[in-house]
Amino acid sequence: MSEARLVIAATGAANLASVKAMCARAGVEPLVTDNPETLYRAEKALLPGVGAFGAAMGKLRSSGLDKALGARVAEGLPTMGICLGMQMLCVSSEESPEVPGIGAIACDVEKFKGGLPLPQLGWNRIIPSRGESFVRPGWAYFANSYRVKAPPTGYEAAFCSYGEDFAATIEGKVDRATKIPRILLCQFHPELSGPWGLDLFKRWMGLAGREVMS
Amino acid sequence: MSEAKTMAKDAGFSARGTAMRIIPCLDIKGGRVVKGVRFENLVDSGEPAELSARYEAEGADEIALLDISATLEERKTALGAVASVRQAVSIPISVGGGIKSVEDAERLLNAGADRVSINSAAVRNPQLISELAERFGVQCVIVAIDAKRLAEGLAWEVMIDAGSSPTGMDAVDWARRCASLGAGEILLTSIDRDGTGLGYDIDLVSAIAAAARIPVIASGGATKPQHFLEGVRAGASAVLGAGAFHRRELAIADLKHYLSKHEVEVRL
Repeated sequence: MSEARLVIAATGAANLASVKAMCARAGVEPLVTDNPETLYRAEKALLPGVGAFGAAMGKLRSSGLDKALGARVAEGLPTMGICLGMQMLCVSSEESPEVPGIGAIACDVEKFKGGLPLPQLGWNRIIPSRGESFVRPGWAYFANSYRVKAPPTGYEAAFCSYGEDFAATIEGKVDRATKIPRILLCQFHPELSGPWGLDLFKRWMGLAGREVMS
Repeated sequence: MSEAKTMAKDAGFSARGTAMRIIPCLDIKGGRVVKGVRFENLVDSGEPAELSARYEAEGADEIALLDISATLEERKTALGAVASVRQAVSIPISVGGGIKSVEDAERLLNAGADRVSINSAAVRNPQLISELAERFGVQCVIVAIDAKRLAEGLAWEVMIDAGSSPTGMDAVDWARRCASLGAGEILLTSIDRDGTGLGYDIDLVSAIAAAARIPVIASGGATKPQHFLEGVRAGASAVLGAGAFHRRELAIADLKHYLSKHEVEVRL
């Protein structure tokens, strides 16, 4: 078998079946690992996430995956984070103030302040910040009570509103040739966002670029 | 703020930030979809994966699977059904029925569920709500409440064991407690209305949505577009249907257009 193009960080989080189903739809055979070296060397890496910030960070630390992920983002190696995976790459979260995050993204994660029922559960409109954004307008599925307000310096974001505006994505370190952001963090779940989410994943994997550029 | 946005805010029900979710519910027994009337008289309605794929194509926002197996043998088939639905759809799946422990929940999540709903076990062991929330996050934990209207006053009793056992608990109090224990959502079924086609128990939806402070899925009795709209207007964050969808009396796409026409934001 050829080497996996996508390596998924084993976080002990339980929704791997949905992520794997998305991979299958995209024709990607991922490898799931808790080995930091394997994750660091991967062509593309994915940090999924459901669960609580503190517990999930504890798991990442005990396996050393936190350091591998931090290094990947710092060096601009293609890395995708989903939901809690996006949040764990940040500095801290109000969900578990005593537990530091990976710190590769200079943002703090805070609870939604808009006064709407929490968690935010369901489909919300994605509004890219620029016309040419990698992430396109559409409906994405969210399940979160915490969010990043805005991207750090050097990164772009697609925005969304839930009682207040927040960063639906953080995108950065764009590959000049392919225009694909090597770092793509999604607060929503692309694996649960229907054909729109699948399209985003395929384009990030470099599997659908040409067909959709025309 | 644009004029359109201001109007949406004034309308109240469409200012939630997320689109109204339409959730078809598939009752599963022995790996097949069945739909009962008032929790009895089951009629076979098809393959779970096939039906789920049809609903996703029609615009369903989420799939609810309810395992109503009575025997251990039947229960084993539920895991397979969850896995096959997971392959068939790329929208969220919630699974309920027979979950008594964190381990039960984990098996279903590993099979492909995104969220789990607990009912009788939560009443018997409320701590299970907190344990599931700590392990999987609040967004993963749905508490299903089967409520029966009391003869007098505007009050409902929580029923368990598929609606067969009264608990003496007030549904509004219980919903509030579920939220404080770590439930991320309430799946609220009116036992009086379930399978009758008479529409949701709107007073019940209003009472629980006002008390719970977490999203509420209205369930039980909705078959016509206006029933679903009533549920939305009563404060539900999602509206669930079963029989009318399974029997092809109401297409989800048509329902969404109807709601959209009535200024409810839906994902079209």
